[in-house]
Amino acid sequence: MIHTLHSSVITIAIRALGATLAIATTAAQAAAPTPASASTYQEECGSCHTAYPARFLKPADWTTVLGTLDRHYGADATLDATAAGEVARHLGVGSPPANVPAATALPRITRSGWFVHEHDEISAATFKSSAVRSAANCSACHTGADRGDFDEHSIRMPQGTRHE
Amino acid sequence: MFHRFAMAIALLAALPAKADTPQQLLDRYAAQARTEVAAYPGPSASAGNRFFHARHSDWSCASCHTADPSTPGKHVVTGKPIAPLAPTANAQRFRDPARVEKWFKRNCSDTLRRTCTSAEKADVLAYLLSAKGGA
Ligand code: HEC
Ligand code: HEC
Ligand code: HEC
Repeated sequence: MIHTLHSSVITIAIRALGATLAIATTAAQAAAPTPASASTYQEECGSCHTAYPARFLKPADWTTVLGTLDRHYGADATLDATAAGEVARHLGVGSPPANVPAATALPRITRSGWFVHEHDEISAATFKSSAVRSAANCSACHTGADRGDFDEHSIRMPQGTRHE
Repeated sequence: MFHRFAMAIALLAALPAKADTPQQLLDRYAAQARTEVAAYPGPSASAGNRFFHARHSDWSCASCHTADPSTPGKHVVTGKPIAPLAPTANAQRFRDPARVEKWFKRNCSDTLRRTCTSAEKADVLAYLLSAKGGA
């Protein structure tokens, strides 16, 4: 009995140590974007739309996005394992879960409170206009979006649209 | 550790980029098609033309790459500009087999809800090589 107790305490201690190490490793990997991870992110996540800066979604939301690339807002955005790892590193999250439940709603930067607030003077018609098409097309108005620059001074509204 | 990593990157960058020509890629897709289709007639630019402009779902290839693939396109949902797809207008196209395969996989799945066959890929590439460049 005492013997079993001992060994299970040791097992728990070892497990806890292992878990701590695992967390530490994941965090270290996640916390360190590299020039390579940045260029992979630009290439893999910046060809259909602006490569959205990591700061615009919460880590848990990025994890959901990365776990559902086979049904990515109506598009197939699947990655090979190497690229997926680099992208996760760039976004500062761990590897995505193997299967996110099919019904999980995909997060939207464009529906978050701050986004709606910052853009409340832009009409739905402007976002749908042929020059913009979608609120998710940041670079239609934010000329520095591809460099992660969303400063007010870099905004240029496309011709034919208005910002009241 | 980081140093070794940086060095590996530097070495990789120093290697010449893998430069297949679009024609070599076309030949490889055609050779593959020959093993898949019994009486494969060879790549056809006119079949590729029809395939490229046909609406397979809500979309055709032209929805994003425009009716004239030698001109710049635009993503039909996000509005993001896309450089011309025809290698006659854009020297970067059909140079990197892995990149080409990745986009065939994604775009065929989005447009046709299935993968494209090797014969279809060869036809599209034959069409794109016949598209007038420098528009
Ligand atoms: C094959 C094209 C494609 C690729 C590749 C792609 N996306 Fe998307 N993405 C889309 C489309 C289409 C939408 C929907 C845009 C819209 O509704 O205007 C979208 C939307 C998004 C949104 C939500 C934008 C909003 O409305 O707030 C996020 C976040 C996003 N993508 C992240 C990523 C990440 C991260 C990657 C790389 C792993 C990636 N995307 C790669 C096509 C793509
Ligand atoms: C149709 C044009 C348009 C689109 C598309 C657009 N924005 Fe904006 N955005 C604006 C305008 C205009 C402002 C300034 C609003 C104001 O100050 O009145 C703004 C403000 C912002 C701000 C605050 C900037 C500051 O310095 O105060 C951020 C951050 C931002 N946008 C991010 C985004 C992101 C991320 C996207 C894409 C997911 C996006 N925007 C898409 C037009 C646009
Ligand atoms: C929803 C928009 C969309 C549709 C529809 C679409 N594509 Fe694409 N395609 C893209 C984007 C985005 C890229 C990557 C960005 C880039 O390379 O400029 C791309 C890249 C490609 C490439 C990569 C070529 C290279 O060497 O760089 C090929 C091949 C391709 N598309 C073929 C097709 C074919 C064939 C179809 C029709 C079955 C098609 N696409 C339909 C958006 C689309």
